[in-house]
Amino acid sequence: MSAQKDRWVSALLFLLFCASSIPRSGSVGLQQELSPQHYFSGLEAGKASLAFFTPSVSPGAQPFLEQIESSAEALQDYGISVVKVNCPKEDVSRYCGKENALRKVFLFRGKQLIREFPTDALFDVNSVVANVLFALLFNEVKYVETLADLENIENVLKGKSNMVFAYVPAIGTAEHRAVMEAAFVYGTIHQFVLTTEAALLKATSHDGPDVSSAWLLFCHCQLATDPAQPCRRTALGQPLTLLNIHRHLKLMGAPLVTEVAEDPEKVSTVHLQLGLPLVFILSQKETYEADRRTAEFVAWQLLGKAGVALLSRDLVDLNVLHRSNVALKTPDEGMPIQYLVLEDTDEVVTLVEDKNKVKQIQEDEQQEEEEEEEDEDEKENDNQDIQDDQVLEAVSRDKKRELPLEQVLVLTEENFHSSLSESAQTVVLFYASWEAVSLAVLRSYSEVASHLKGTPGVLLSRVNCWDWPGLCSQENVTQFPTMKIYKEGQQPVTYDGMWGTEELSSFILLSRVPCPLKLATMDEAEGYLRGEFPSELSSHHHTSLLGVFSTASSQAREAFEEAGNILSGHVRMGMYFEDDALALSQKYSVSPPALLLARSGGRSVEGITLSKHSVQDMVQMIRCELLDIFPEITMPNLPQYLQLRKPFLILFSAGDINQMESKEMLKLARGRTHQAFVACWLNLKKTPVGHGILRKYFSTTPSLPVLLWVNLHSGGQVFKFPPEQSITEMNILSWLEKLQAGLEIPSSTLSEEDWKPPLPAYDFLQMMEPSVPELSPHASPHSGDTLVPHPPKSPGGDTARGDTATQEEPSRERSTAEEVGSPGRDLRGTAPRLAARDKQGKRHSEL
Amino acid sequence: LGLALYAGSLCAVSGATFLYHDYCIIGAGPAGLQAAYFLQQAGRDYVVFERSHAPGSFFALYPRHRKLISINKQYTGKSNSEFNLRHDWNSLLSHDRRLLFRHYSRDFFPNADTMVRYLEDFASLLKLQVQYNVAIIHVTLEKNEQAWNGHYFLLTDQDRKNYKCSSLLVAAGMWVPNVVNFPGSEYVEGYETVSINPEDFAGQTVLILGRGNSAFETAENILGVTNFIHMVSRSRVRLSWATHYVGDLRAINNGLLDTYQLKSLDGLLEGNLEDLAIIKDKKGKLHITLGFYLENRNISAGIDSITLPQDELDNFATRAPYDRVIRCLGWKFDFSIYNRSLRMMPGKGNIKKYPQIKPSYESRGTRGLFILGTASHSVDFRKSAGGFIHGFRYTTRAVHRLLENRHHGVPWPSTVYPITQLTNSIIKRVNEASGLYQMFGVLADIILLRENATAFEYLEEYPVGVLAELEMQTGRKARNGLFVIIMEYGRNFSGADKDVFYYNRAVGEAQHAWQSNFLHPVIYYYKHLPTEREMKLRPPDWPLPRPDAIHHIVEDFLTDWTAPNAHILPLRRFLENCLSTDLRSFFAESCFLFAFTHQKLPPFCQQGYLRMQGLVGSQELWHHAVQAGLLQDYTLTDFSGDRPPDSHDGSQEQLMRDHAIPVRPLQHLVNAKDE
Repeated sequence: MSAQKDRWVSALLFLLFCASSIPRSGSVGLQQELSPQHYFSGLEAGKASLAFFTPSVSPGAQPFLEQIESSAEALQDYGISVVKVNCPKEDVSRYCGKENALRKVFLFRGKQLIREFPTDALFDVNSVVANVLFALLFNEVKYVETLADLENIENVLKGKSNMVFAYVPAIGTAEHRAVMEAAFVYGTIHQFVLTTEAALLKATSHDGPDVSSAWLLFCHCQLATDPAQPCRRTALGQPLTLLNIHRHLKLMGAPLVTEVAEDPEKVSTVHLQLGLPLVFILSQKETYEADRRTAEFVAWQLLGKAGVALLSRDLVDLNVLHRSNVALKTPDEGMPIQYLVLEDTDEVVTLVEDKNKVKQIQEDEQQEEEEEEEDEDEKENDNQDIQDDQVLEAVSRDKKRELPLEQVLVLTEENFHSSLSESAQTVVLFYASWEAVSLAVLRSYSEVASHLKGTPGVLLSRVNCWDWPGLCSQENVTQFPTMKIYKEGQQPVTYDGMWGTEELSSFILLSRVPCPLKLATMDEAEGYLRGEFPSELSSHHHTSLLGVFSTASSQAREAFEEAGNILSGHVRMGMYFEDDALALSQKYSVSPPALLLARSGGRSVEGITLSKHSVQDMVQMIRCELLDIFPEITMPNLPQYLQLRKPFLILFSAGDINQMESKEMLKLARGRTHQAFVACWLNLKKTPVGHGILRKYFSTTPSLPVLLWVNLHSGGQVFKFPPEQSITEMNILSWLEKLQAGLEIPSSTLSEEDWKPPLPAYDFLQMMEPSVPELSPHASPHSGDTLVPHPPKSPGGDTARGDTATQEEPSRERSTAEEVGSPGRDLRGTAPRLAARDKQGKRHSEL
Repeated sequence: LGLALYAGSLCAVSGATFLYHDYCIIGAGPAGLQAAYFLQQAGRDYVVFERSHAPGSFFALYPRHRKLISINKQYTGKSNSEFNLRHDWNSLLSHDRRLLFRHYSRDFFPNADTMVRYLEDFASLLKLQVQYNVAIIHVTLEKNEQAWNGHYFLLTDQDRKNYKCSSLLVAAGMWVPNVVNFPGSEYVEGYETVSINPEDFAGQTVLILGRGNSAFETAENILGVTNFIHMVSRSRVRLSWATHYVGDLRAINNGLLDTYQLKSLDGLLEGNLEDLAIIKDKKGKLHITLGFYLENRNISAGIDSITLPQDELDNFATRAPYDRVIRCLGWKFDFSIYNRSLRMMPGKGNIKKYPQIKPSYESRGTRGLFILGTASHSVDFRKSAGGFIHGFRYTTRAVHRLLENRHHGVPWPSTVYPITQLTNSIIKRVNEASGLYQMFGVLADIILLRENATAFEYLEEYPVGVLAELEMQTGRKARNGLFVIIMEYGRNFSGADKDVFYYNRAVGEAQHAWQSNFLHPVIYYYKHLPTEREMKLRPPDWPLPRPDAIHHIVEDFLTDWTAPNAHILPLRRFLENCLSTDLRSFFAESCFLFAFTHQKLPPFCQQGYLRMQGLVGSQELWHHAVQAGLLQDYTLTDFSGDRPPDSHDGSQEQLMRDHAIPVRPLQHLVNAKDE
C-alpha cells in the first residue's frame, strides 16, 4: 500500500506541476479497447482500473461514455487506467451479459471489484474523479454524518495528528473532487473527514454558514492537549480548489513562528513563496520571551493569511528606527520592507487583512518622512495623541526632577515690592508653572543662579504668574517667560536675548554697570579699552565700545546714550567726554565724535568717526560693527548674521580650521566682494547640529572641510565648492563667478515648504453631527424645534455604548475582558499611554 | 394766564431745575455699585440713586432667614486671585484687595447682614457717587438730536426733584413680590412679612405656596416645630445640582425633601395656584378647595354650604385644615415707574417677571437704557449665573465696556500677542478666568486673528449673544477669522429630571472630549464673523451658530486644563489645523538646523530664535528631547573626513541606537487580551 501511495504522491506532484505550468497534451492514457478476456487477464495486482463494458456493436456513443473517456486523462495521474471493454455479441458473462451491467462502470483494484457506479452518478469529469478517488481512499477519508462522529474522530486524533474537515454540498462536485485529490496526497499526513450534512456544517462554524458552498477546516489536533477542548481550527478562506487546499495545507504545515537571524530582505519562507506577506516581529534580548509570545499570538491570528517571523535585532544590524517593532515583507518583487511602529496586535492583523491600510500607512509615512526628515521621527496618522512638541515633551519628562532653585527668591504679590528695594539690582523671571517654554527657561535660570552665586549686588528671583496673575499684569507681563531687571529709581529693563545660561548670565552681569558707562579720567578710559575697568566686568571678554565726544558734540552724545539704553546688557559701552577727549581720539587717529572699538581684550583698537546722529542709525551701526568679518557661526550668533539677509559662504570644518584656510577666507571676506555675502565657518565639534545640515544637503557627511555657498534667502540653492580644488581666495572667486553665471549645478535646494500642521486634529464637528442633527449645515433650524428625543444619557454615551455593541470583536477573550474589567479599564482611561489603546470611549467617574 | 403758567412750569421742568449726569444708575445694590465702580474708574460723570439710606436695602430684609446661599470659599489651595473668584460668589470686582468677601465673613454661607455691611464698605471705600434716600418714581424721555441716543432720560424722585441723563442704567433689582389672587388669598401671609420665629409655628399645620429657595428656606426654619408642612406649586421641584443652575433649589435648603421622602408627614404637591381657593372655618382653620366650587355659591351663606374636594373625593390630599398659608413666590421687576414712551415690556413665558432686553443688556424698547444686575437675568434665565452677584458682576463690566466704546471711543480692551502665544493665551484663560466660568454660555473670550495669522488680538468676556455686532460694539476688526472661547456643560446632561450621577458620566480621553458632561472649555472657529441671520438661525440651545471647526477640551475633575498631552496637545492640533500652520515650540538647535535647511521657518523659530530670543534649554532637557526621539543627537557621529560616503547607513543606524527609545513590547497587550 505504502509504495503505491508514494507513487500517488509523486503523481500528484506531477499533476500540480502540470496544473501550474503547461497543459499536457491529451494523447496519453486514452482508454483501451479490449475484449473481456484480454482485460481480465491483464489486470495487475494492486493497480486500479475503471472499466466499462459496451456491446461491440454500439448503437452510438452514449453521452456518459464521453465523460468517462475524458476523465481517463485525469485518472491516469492517479495510476488509474480507464478501460473500455468491448463485449462480443455472444458474451453473456457477468459484465457483458446483463443488460443493466451496461449501464454501470466498474472499479477494480487488481482483480477485485471495489465499487460499481451507475453511469448517471458519473455525469462529468469531476464526478468521475471524485467518486473514483472516494472509493479508493475509503480508509483515508472518513465520511461522517453526525457531530458525535466528528468529535470521536477528533478525540482520537488529539495529540497525534491533524485533521482536515471538509463539507461539500454534494458528492461528485468539483469541490468534492478537489478534496479527494488533496486527500490523495495528504491522506497519510492528515486525517481527512468529509461530510455533506449541512447540520454538521452549522455545528462547526460560528457565523451562519452558506450551506450551498463548500467549506474546509484545518483542525490542529496534534497540538491539542486538553481533551475537553476542541482542536483549534483554521478555515480555508478561499474557494475549495485543489491549489487552494494544497496551499492551505502547506501553510498549516509550516512552523507557526519562524525565528530569523538574518537580514529580512534575504529571508524567504513558504508564505512568501505562496504569495503571502511575512510579518516580522522585531525583538531584542531583553524582551525576547515576551515578543515570542506576541509573535505566536499574532501567528495564530494570521494563520493562513500571512507568515510570522521573529527577528532578533541583536543579531542583525538593522538600519531602521529603534522604535519600530514590526516589519512587513510582501511577496511582490521589489517592494521594500516596511518598518512600522504598532502598538496593538490588532493593528498587525488589520495591517495584513486590509491591504488598503498597508498602502495608507505607507503613503503617510512617506509623506511624513519627506516633511520631517531631519527629525527622523516617524509618525502614523493615528498618533495624534503622541506629543510631538520637543520642548513640551522634554519638560514633562523632566518634571519629576527637583530644580536647584534655592538661590532664587520666590516673589509673591505680598513681598514683591519690598524685595525689590533690598538689592541694588533684582532680576525677576516671570513664568507660569504650567507653561513648558517658561519652565525650560526656568531650568537655565537655575543654572544662572548657581553661576552667579555670591556675585555682589545681584538678586535672582522669580514670580509664578499662575499664582499671581495680578502682579504679572501689573508688571506688564503678557507672555511667558519674561525676565526683567529692576534697579532702584529706574525703569525695569526687559531681557530680549537668547534664553541660554551663558547669555542670561552675561546680560545680568553687564547690566550691573550703566550703559554707557561714563568714564571720568583718561586712565579709566584706557583701562576700559584694555578691559580692566570697571572691575565688575573684568571677567567679561567681549568687544568694548567707547564713545568719545567733545563738548560740542552733545547731539551725538545724547544719541549714543540712548543707543546705550537700547543695547544695555548686550554690549559693553563706555563714553568719554572730558576736555581731553580730543587727545584720546587722536591717539587712534579719529576726531570726535568717534567710536573706539577694542576687540579681543584691547589688543587692537579701531577708531570710527561717528557721522550719523540718530539713535536708530547708531544702534544699527554698533550692531554691525560688532559682527565679525569671518565669524564662526554658532547657535547663538546665527540670527545676527541672518539679519543681514545675504547668502552664506560657509566652511564646514571638523574642528578648528587650519591657518591656511583661515587666512584665505579672511582675505576673501575683506575683499571687495564681501558686501555681497557672509563669509563664515562652522565648527562641527562645537556645533554638532552642523552634521544634520550636511546630511540634509548631501544625505551623507561629505569629506571635510567643505565649503558651501548657501542662498538662504533667495532660491535656497546650495553649491559645493569642488573638493579637488584647494581653498584659496583665487579659486573661490573664480568659482563664485561661475556660480553667478549659472554654470554650476546646485547640490541641493532648501525646502520652501510651509510649516503645516504636523498632524490632523480631532474632527469633533464631524463626530457631533450624527448625534446633533441640528448642527448639520443644511438642517433647517426651525423644524428642529422639537429636539430629537435623546435618551436621558448624553448622546455621546449612547454612541460609545453602541460602538461596543456593534463593533465586531475579533476574539472572544477580548470582549469578555471588557465586560468583567470595566472599572479597571476606566482607571486606565485617565492614563491612556499606560494601557492598551482602546478605540472606545473611556470614562472615569471613579476617579 | 393758566396756559402761560403751564408753559412756564414746563420750561422750568425742561431747563434749569434738571441736574445733569452722563450716566444715571437706579439702585445702589450690588449691580448698581458695580457699575458705579467701573464708571468711576473710567472717570465718567455718573450718579447712583438709592431709595434707602444705605446700599443693598434688599439684603437688609432678604433673605428673611438671613442665610445667603452664595458660597464664600475661604480656601482653594491656590493664590491665583482670578481663579479664586470662581469660588467667591459674593465679592464685587474692584482693584482693592480689602474688598474681598472673605475678609468680611468666614461662613461658607454668610449672613445677609454681612452683605449689607460689605456693600456699605464698597460704596464708601471706593468713594462711589451714591445719592441715598432718593427714590426715582418716574422716568421719561426727552427727544434731543444732540443726545447720545437721540433722547435724554428724565428722572423724577419722590420730592419732585428732576434729573437728566444721557444713559440710564437700571440696577433696581427685583423687589415687587409675586402675588397670586384667588378666593381666600387674603388669608395668605407673604414671605416678606411672615414671622421668622419658629416658636410662632409650634404645633401648627402650614401650607407653603411656591417651590423656590425662599419657600424651602421658610420651611427649613419651621420644620422642627410644625405638625407638618405642605408645599404647593405648579411645577415640580428643580434641584440645582441636577440643573446646574444656582437659582434652583439648593441642597442647603432642601431639608423638607428629606422629610417628605422619609415619610415624616411633610409633603410636596403640584397644582395650579390660580385654581385654588381658601376658606376659613369658624375655628380659624384654613381649608383648601377649588375655585370652581365657589363659582355658583353664595359665599355669605357660610362655610358649611361650600363644597370641599373631600366631600366628593374622600381621600383628597390636602383635606386636612391648615393653621397658616404662606406665600413664597418670588419677586418681579417694578415696571411702574417707566413712562410708556420707554416701552419697557415684560418678557414672555417664564421670563415675564423680567423686562425685555437684548443680549447686550440694552432695553429692547429704548436705546441707551441698560438693565443691570438680577433684573437682567432674562438673557440666561435658568441657564447661567447672570441673575446673581457672581454672574452679573461680569456682565456689568461687559456693559461698561460696550458703553466706553459707544460713547467714548474707547475700544474693548485687548492684548495683541504673536501667534506663538495662541495656545498659551487660551490655556491661561480657561484655567483662571472667572467670568468665563461663572457666565458659561453667555460671556466668551474672543480671539481676532490678524492678517496671515502671525498675530492675534485677545478680547475678554464679550457677550456672545451679540457676536454678530462685534466690530461695531468693540471697535475691533474681525477680518481674518476668529476663535470664540466659551465654557459649556454637556448638552442634555443637566435638567430637572436628569440623573447626573449615572455611571461613566465623566469622559477621560481627549478624543472623546466632545462628549464631556461637566463644565469644560469649548473653542469655536469661524473664518468670518457670524452674521445676525446666522446667529438667529443657530441650532436651538446652542450659544453660537455652526462653526467652521470646533474643539472641546476634555472635562477635568480638578478644572485644571494644563495637562500637556490630554489638554494642550489636542488644543494645539486644533489651532494648527484651523490656521494651517505648525505651532510647536522648538529648541534653538532645531531652529538653527531649520534656518540652514528650510527657506521658511516655523512661527516659533521666526518669532523667537530669529529675533535672537531662541530657547537654548538645559542639558537635561536636551537629553530628554533626544530620548523622546524629537531631537537628534549629532555629537556621537563619527566625522572623520575620510569616511566613504556609503558608510552613511551605518552611522544612521548608530544614531538610531543612541536614541535608546525603550522598546515597547507588545506582550502586555496580548496578556490583556488573554485575561
